[in-house]
Amino acid sequence: MPKKSIRIALQEAVVLEMRRDPNVIVIGEDVAGGAGCSGDRGTYGGAMGVTKGLIEEFGDERVIDTPITESALVGMAAGAAATGLRPIAELMFVDFMGVCFDQVLNQAAKFRYMFGGKATTPLVVRTMMGAGFRAAAQHSQMLYNLFTAVPGVKCVIPSNAYDAKGLLIQAIRDDDVVIFFNHKAIYDFEDEVPDEAYTIPFGEANIVREGEDVTIVAFSRMVHTANDAAKSLEKDGISVELIDPRTSSPLDEESIIESVENTGRLVIVDEGTPRCGLAGDVAGMVAEKAFHALKAPIIQVTAPHTPVPFSPVLEDAYIPSAAKVEEAVRKVMTMSRDAVSAS
Amino acid sequence: MADSIAAITVPQWGLSMTEGQVIEWLKDVGETIEVGEEIVLLETSKIAGPVEAQVGGTLLRRIAAVDEVLPVGGLLGVVSAEEVSDSDIDAFVASFNENFVVVAAEQEEESAEPLFVEVSERSIAYTKEEPADGAGDATPLLLLHGFGGDTNAWMFNMGALAQDRPVYAIDFPGHGRSSKDVGDYGLAELRDAAFGFLDAQGITKAHLVGHSMGGAVALEMAASQPARVASLGLIAPAGFGQPVNGDYIEGFIAAERRKEMKTVLAQLFADPALVSRDMVNGVLRYKRIDGVAGILRQIGDDLLAGPRADGDSGLKPIAVIWGAADRVIAPPDSSDPSFTLISDAGHMPHMEKASEVNRILSGLFRNADAG
Repeated sequence: MPKKSIRIALQEAVVLEMRRDPNVIVIGEDVAGGAGCSGDRGTYGGAMGVTKGLIEEFGDERVIDTPITESALVGMAAGAAATGLRPIAELMFVDFMGVCFDQVLNQAAKFRYMFGGKATTPLVVRTMMGAGFRAAAQHSQMLYNLFTAVPGVKCVIPSNAYDAKGLLIQAIRDDDVVIFFNHKAIYDFEDEVPDEAYTIPFGEANIVREGEDVTIVAFSRMVHTANDAAKSLEKDGISVELIDPRTSSPLDEESIIESVENTGRLVIVDEGTPRCGLAGDVAGMVAEKAFHALKAPIIQVTAPHTPVPFSPVLEDAYIPSAAKVEEAVRKVMTMSRDAVSAS
Repeated sequence: MADSIAAITVPQWGLSMTEGQVIEWLKDVGETIEVGEEIVLLETSKIAGPVEAQVGGTLLRRIAAVDEVLPVGGLLGVVSAEEVSDSDIDAFVASFNENFVVVAAEQEEESAEPLFVEVSERSIAYTKEEPADGAGDATPLLLLHGFGGDTNAWMFNMGALAQDRPVYAIDFPGHGRSSKDVGDYGLAELRDAAFGFLDAQGITKAHLVGHSMGGAVALEMAASQPARVASLGLIAPAGFGQPVNGDYIEGFIAAERRKEMKTVLAQLFADPALVSRDMVNGVLRYKRIDGVAGILRQIGDDLLAGPRADGDSGLKPIAVIWGAADRVIAPPDSSDPSFTLISDAGHMPHMEKASEVNRILSGLFRNADAG
């Protein structure tokens, strides 16, 4: 099967759905590019080139370049969705969500509920997150936890190209608001991706590897970090089961609990900050629903509670590393309920 | 170095296999091994299965230890028909390892992708296994997989059956990597596609082996153009007078999530532990593709419409193989000499009891070719 990058997988998803359904449109800054300046129309195709070439095939009524005003473009997309279109709004960096939060949080997310189920809002906001690009504190946050906290919004967090394509098609066909988070550091990660359109249901975790000693739950780029750690730990006879939830809302609690019931140990790896984050959310859920199965305390490996540093040295130290994950797993392997109560 | 020394290597079971882990040695050093005998048990990410001897002789040395992981083509052990000195064995192993890296790199590039051929405006994916020297002109064999399956179903059979003849396995239209366009899908369309494939390969006559739905297709082929069928091997066939378990078909079509799919697939085997994560993921990946649900619905309805043949195609030679623990299509009560009931196997005897099935089929083809 052909190997494709996340970038190409996302593009295929958008193109296939735009061909299938004339209601699917793309709205965002530079999604075509070149408009209003001296360059050729369509040369840019979004910050990561995902929508490159779309304007030639679908025209500027369906591939809409907007001014640099996130409040307007997300609000416009929410309104378009309410009229029956299926917009994919591109928000270059999730950090910019601050200026359009009302459009998502208090408008789009509430339409179905406040109109007694009579309104649908098939809106996808595709956005980019994560550290590692030397892009400083205002362009490097995760923030997926903020949206996971909002009822009425679905949060999709693909870690590989196969999932990216199937989840984006599912998101476009979904009748609710979906925020689709791509980590900026993994756009070129490749995977086997079918040429055809396919969908992956939300709330179905991917078991990346099966193991017996420790369960690791990791999100987005951290799935790869955790997998590297697991490979290294395997050499020392520590067997890791790695779970990629793929969506944080809905969350596949069942798969996580089932795994913890087998292993009795849980490490959560989340590039977000530690307070009120996804790691804490999963830890709380497991502590409540699978307490009986736990042989040791849950360990959360997260970024520190600080803005993302601009200094390359500090930024590298900020991002959870495979070494940190490995350390956490080794630690959880030595802990037990007895040791904790005795200490 | 003695010429009679031969390597036992990790076979390529299916397109996606890249490595195998040694679970258990079934033969001791010094034991005599015959062609087709099971030597060592391997586990891949998809399934566990036995490695069969491709050459006979005495097992001289076990190279791979239990739990060791080897790439496809890697050296498991060494056999020889004659007595060989330890230094000759050492030299053989050293020269094998020296040349191995190159072979592995080539194999990855060439065998990891299926071949494609256009049949009635549909793209048909297939794999081909070339026979041992001198058997290229023998009547070829075509393998026809079951409902929702693909060529990977034959991972334990292709190598063994290709000892005597070229072996082809196709993905039926709507399956595996073949076209999944909107259109008519029923047993008649699948039959025509299989004939179209033989035409495209320039094959006038072939041995046919069909599993389950593929068995029904093979029966239809034999009924419509008997002159093109050299022999018929039917493994737990549909269309043979035994009803298909509707719960299985409906469950397979309906399952969207890992857990549901695993429960459905467990019905295929006498030992449900054979259903691995990769197997479940592979089926889900296939089922998620646009159009597949509709295709499976059409074919499933056709399969469930009931037995079409009365089981007697009139074609000889024929071999009918069934797992005693088959929960998808229950085995008939038969004492016919062409019928073999295999204990400890479910609906997939060609996977669960591969060497026994390979032995029966090889015998069938040899007799047919001779007669």
